Amino acid sequence: MTTAAQAPTFPAEVVRWREEFEAFRAGLPSQEPEWLRVLRTTAMRSFEETGFPTTRQEDWRHTSVTAIARTEFHRPPAAPSAAALAVLDTLDFGHAFARRQLVFVNGRHAPDLSSAETADGLRIRSLREVLDRAPELVQPWLDGQARGPGRAFAALNSAFLDDGAFISIPEGAVLTEPIHLVFLSAPGPQPTASHPRVLVWAGRKSQAAIIESYGGPAGAEYLTNAVTEIVVEDGAVLDHYRLQREASRAFHVGALCVTQGRASRFASHAIALGASLSRLDIRQVFAGEGGECLLNGLFLGGDRQHLDTHTWVDHAQPHCSTRELYKGIVDDQARGVFVGRILVRPGAQKTDAIQSNKNLILSREALVDSLPQLEILADDVKCKHGSTTGQLDPLALFYLRSRGIGEEAARALLTYAFASDVVQRIGVEALRVGLTEHLQRRLPGPADLKEAAV
Amino acid sequence: MTTKDTMLEVKDLHASVGGNKILRGVSLSVPAGEVHAIMGPNGSGKSTLAHVLAGRPGYEVTKGEVRYKGKDLLAMSPEERAREGVFLAFQYPVEISGVSNVYFLKAAANAIRKHRGQPELDAIDFLALVKEKAKVVDIDESLIKRPVNEGFSGGEKKRNEIFQMAVLDPALTILDETDSGLDIDALRIVARGVNQLRSPERAMVLVTHYQRLLDYIVPDVVHVLLDGRIVKSGGKDLALELEKKGYEWLEAPAGSR
Repeated sequence: MTTAAQAPTFPAEVVRWREEFEAFRAGLPSQEPEWLRVLRTTAMRSFEETGFPTTRQEDWRHTSVTAIARTEFHRPPAAPSAAALAVLDTLDFGHAFARRQLVFVNGRHAPDLSSAETADGLRIRSLREVLDRAPELVQPWLDGQARGPGRAFAALNSAFLDDGAFISIPEGAVLTEPIHLVFLSAPGPQPTASHPRVLVWAGRKSQAAIIESYGGPAGAEYLTNAVTEIVVEDGAVLDHYRLQREASRAFHVGALCVTQGRASRFASHAIALGASLSRLDIRQVFAGEGGECLLNGLFLGGDRQHLDTHTWVDHAQPHCSTRELYKGIVDDQARGVFVGRILVRPGAQKTDAIQSNKNLILSREALVDSLPQLEILADDVKCKHGSTTGQLDPLALFYLRSRGIGEEAARALLTYAFASDVVQRIGVEALRVGLTEHLQRRLPGPADLKEAAV
Repeated sequence: MTTKDTMLEVKDLHASVGGNKILRGVSLSVPAGEVHAIMGPNGSGKSTLAHVLAGRPGYEVTKGEVRYKGKDLLAMSPEERAREGVFLAFQYPVEISGVSNVYFLKAAANAIRKHRGQPELDAIDFLALVKEKAKVVDIDESLIKRPVNEGFSGGEKKRNEIFQMAVLDPALTILDETDSGLDIDALRIVARGVNQLRSPERAMVLVTHYQRLLDYIVPDVVHVLLDGRIVKSGGKDLALELEKKGYEWLEAPAGSR
């Protein structure tokens, strides 16, 4: 029998993160409001209690984060190298969104690299600036959706909450150009971690598109632990694009939380191309009737990449519809994970939900785990889901070759074609073109490939 | 001996698919400028022969040789055969979503032109060619721009095959059961497309189950394929005879395998 209460002993990595947290907290501005301090310390305690998730947890059954837990992350260098900054040019789609673009380097807003034209109540600001000057603007929403039991990475993000973007679109505003948020990681010789937070409030009947881009210089080691929280008010239309093009040795963990009001429309286009380990959780809730949700996604993995996407759609209200299409392509020894849950709660009548996950396996050693899950607790609904995983159709390959197209080009064309319907759903042209070019570099083929894909 | 150049020379061809022997010694000679029909009941090996000639992976040649314009056809990959001028019109054209019909065809046409040492066609020249050839097979231009064969009716798919043939301008065309599933109007259109491509420089091999197609595309020679071998060859009247009498009278005597 133990005679005295013992202080809990935490694993070494948790102790390391606690030390890092104390050092971080000491450097925070002294005027930080009490509610934010409480939010941080509560989040840190929550992380401490659970530690990093393990594969024994259902949500992490297919993805081990041991590599993240093992890595010692350091503070980023005070000034990023010119080479690291040059990566920006590969992330910003040829300055297509230069008018409204916030750039974050190692999680910190870089004002001299950003520009955000605002008018008539539209706010596009650094979260740090808002926390320093007008924290009451974000208090009602900050961490309202992201926190929850078992969400260790979101808790870390809250504990280390420092900067990010705050976007507030006033009622009725129609933005014709997208807002681009660029998150560039530029570590020095040692691995670094950043925890960017994005808060979006889309007012009633507003219309806007927001793009998040993540990347870093080739060979760099870092962790991006990003959380985005979005509120789409009644009748609003919001298109959200997420392009994960992290460096090949990076870790990327992201959460996208969305609450949709009555008769609102939300579209998520999530493209995961980079990182050695990538995990994205999308959590969506219908909080009002008649909402529409589109989830469109693509992951493309090679080498030993591990790309995991979990989506949750919560039909908590009647008369809402969901269209979900996720596609995965894996080559070499890459592994993909898709877990898609759609919950139709009791009383959510006339729910109309379709979920589809299709995966293409390009090598013997590549693998995809696909788990579409529908949980239907209402009786008057229209729901279906499907999942297919397979290789390139040998007959289609032969058909193309029998017309004179070389084998490698035929493979690239069919692979590209597999991804093309996800790409074609992207409404922002510069983004669609940029992504097409990226895919072409990854899937080398004939010059005519670009125009052959429809 | 013929005075014409031999386009295709098949000698004692044996082939297996999935371990099953299908072709058991096919020999055939098709001179340039001629149309040869290969007829036979289901399972006789007609489609296998067509696919072996086009180089379909998994169709294993176990014996024999095939010369095309004097070259060893079997040593070439499917794309090399196509670039050298061999075209197979599929019995079941493959649907390929996400790939535009017209641009896929442009990529194919330019791969072939490059191989021949011809300059590649730009988009404008190619579209002019497409418009011209679309008329030949009476194919709707909207179909040409859609994904390859996706959502096409059976007749539209077959017409698309003939359209591709017209654009790619092959020297040797193999038509695999192009008549199957076509109504009489579609058959006429397809036949007209094929007939317009008949020329002294081109040869065609028509694989068919029914004599019907041969009313519209009149062959120079008819071969009967039975149990993986050609058991009889003759003029176009042989097709009529088969139509009347069936294949039983030609069946190989027992033990001849």
